[in-house]
Amino acid sequence: MKIAVLSGKGGTGKTLVSVNLAAVSPESVYIDCDVEEPNGYLFFKPQDIKNKRVTVKLPQADSKLCNGCRTCVNFCKFNALAYIKNNLIVFNEICHSCGGCLLFCPQKAISEKDREIGMIQRGISGNVRVVTGMLNIGEASGVPVIEKLLQDSRKENKDVFIDCPPGSACMVMESIKDADYCILVAEPTIFGVHNLEMVYELVNLFQKPFGVVLNKCLEGENPAEDYCLQNEIKILNKIPFDLELGTMNSNGQIAVRKHPKYRDLFQNLLQAVRKEARHETASDS
Amino acid sequence: MKQLLILSGKGGTGKTTVAGAFIKLADARAYADCDVDAPNLHLIRAHSLPAKRSDYYGMRKAIIDAESCRSCGLCRQNCRFEAINKSNGQYEVDAYACEGCGVCEAVCPMGAVSLQPAVAGELMLYKDDMVFSTARLKMGSGTSGKLVTEVKKQLRQEAMDADLAVIDGSPGIGCPVIASLNGADMVLIVAEPSLSGISDMERIITMAEKFKMKTGVCVNKYDTNEELALKIEAFCRERALPFLGKIPFDTAAIKAVNKGQSIIDVDCPSGRAATKVFYKTLLIMNS
Repeated sequence: MKIAVLSGKGGTGKTLVSVNLAAVSPESVYIDCDVEEPNGYLFFKPQDIKNKRVTVKLPQADSKLCNGCRTCVNFCKFNALAYIKNNLIVFNEICHSCGGCLLFCPQKAISEKDREIGMIQRGISGNVRVVTGMLNIGEASGVPVIEKLLQDSRKENKDVFIDCPPGSACMVMESIKDADYCILVAEPTIFGVHNLEMVYELVNLFQKPFGVVLNKCLEGENPAEDYCLQNEIKILNKIPFDLELGTMNSNGQIAVRKHPKYRDLFQNLLQAVRKEARHETASDS
Repeated sequence: MKQLLILSGKGGTGKTTVAGAFIKLADARAYADCDVDAPNLHLIRAHSLPAKRSDYYGMRKAIIDAESCRSCGLCRQNCRFEAINKSNGQYEVDAYACEGCGVCEAVCPMGAVSLQPAVAGELMLYKDDMVFSTARLKMGSGTSGKLVTEVKKQLRQEAMDADLAVIDGSPGIGCPVIASLNGADMVLIVAEPSLSGISDMERIITMAEKFKMKTGVCVNKYDTNEELALKIEAFCRERALPFLGKIPFDTAAIKAVNKGQSIIDVDCPSGRAATKVFYKTLLIMNS
């Protein structure tokens, strides 16, 4: 089963939820798709680390073959190419690697080389295989790193927990495409509601079964809970605002591995997710 | 117009809460929300007039005309973004995956494919005695950097004579952040005292250094982990970055935000601390 954890915004507790769920599951894979700020590995401190480069294709011209016709420059919709002083210049960060320049060069002067934009790190932490995508600083788009991460995870038979990037843009969509179930994490503020609305729209668009985890719940009003009740959204669990949990989390400790109280909490959550996901599959067929 | 940009490397650290406080403290007549993926600043800034809205067009997207398509499949073979699918014998473009590169259009022997303008979001401008520029990217669009540039352009055009603009940045280190750095006079980083927060902060500081930005750091919710808050302070000393203060965790802040207020509108510990950070930031920015 593939479970994506998303929130519309950072800081709501996506990593807390996905890390602890992966840790209570008997055998699981944790995939950190928040490639701009991967944090999950800080908790798992994985061992036996293997790194793999993530590269994109970048065009280069053979100056002996290039006759300066500028077909490639004119074709490129991203303005990633220029022909200056008898040389084809490629602006690396702007190139989308669509391959058009290579395809349409009448002189067959263009070939491609690999350029590293990030890395995938794999390691083991007890019962959890930890897979982390890391985008190099200064790179504009993490999509190729996420694509690679998820491509590799398609073969997994174990429980897979996908810690999504914040927001609801292309990188998040990429991350939930294959998910069987989505967990939306929300904070009890009006910011939280606004961000929840966005991912709510997103999971509906993709017709994914989903439920909400309300995090950092305080006594008294909870606008996010009200929103769920009004919209008949399934609330999977409420995690209280809890200084002990907060301190463990800020120190990079995994709560379920430290305290039976939290093990129970996340085991219950995992059960609720399984039940919901099964229910959805049953009603689909 | 001087631009103060507030960043954090990640969401949830309190950028918007700090931005809301600074706008009030500075009596800023110009401000913007560059978190076009999940804008929140409008929730705590009331305006007397409704926003002027305009469509934002991102990259153009391919469309296949079913009438002229002869299903040769060349478009799909040559698309590197897996944006062309065949359903019911008909080739179709997945608009979410399409990057608008135009390869399909150029290879189609029937001229059945064309690139068409596509709405990728909405720009909003609130203007009364203050100018507030913000935007929202459409679900699944990928051109957030360009939209951030538009938000900032709109702000400059409408509030040219304002002394100070406070800009709520976007999370991360990717293209929207790079776009929001452009033209900023100073970056204030709001950090959270957690291992994750420190990791994100280091990444955003590296990014700011790359762009040679004047940078300062403050810690929000410092008392949720005082040890790590001290570590952040020490880190700043080592890197010779101005450390601009510590703001405590404060339930009054949550209550204020839920009422659509800033933490300056009520007398509370976080508001008082943010005020000190504000004046120190101004000193650094103007030095």
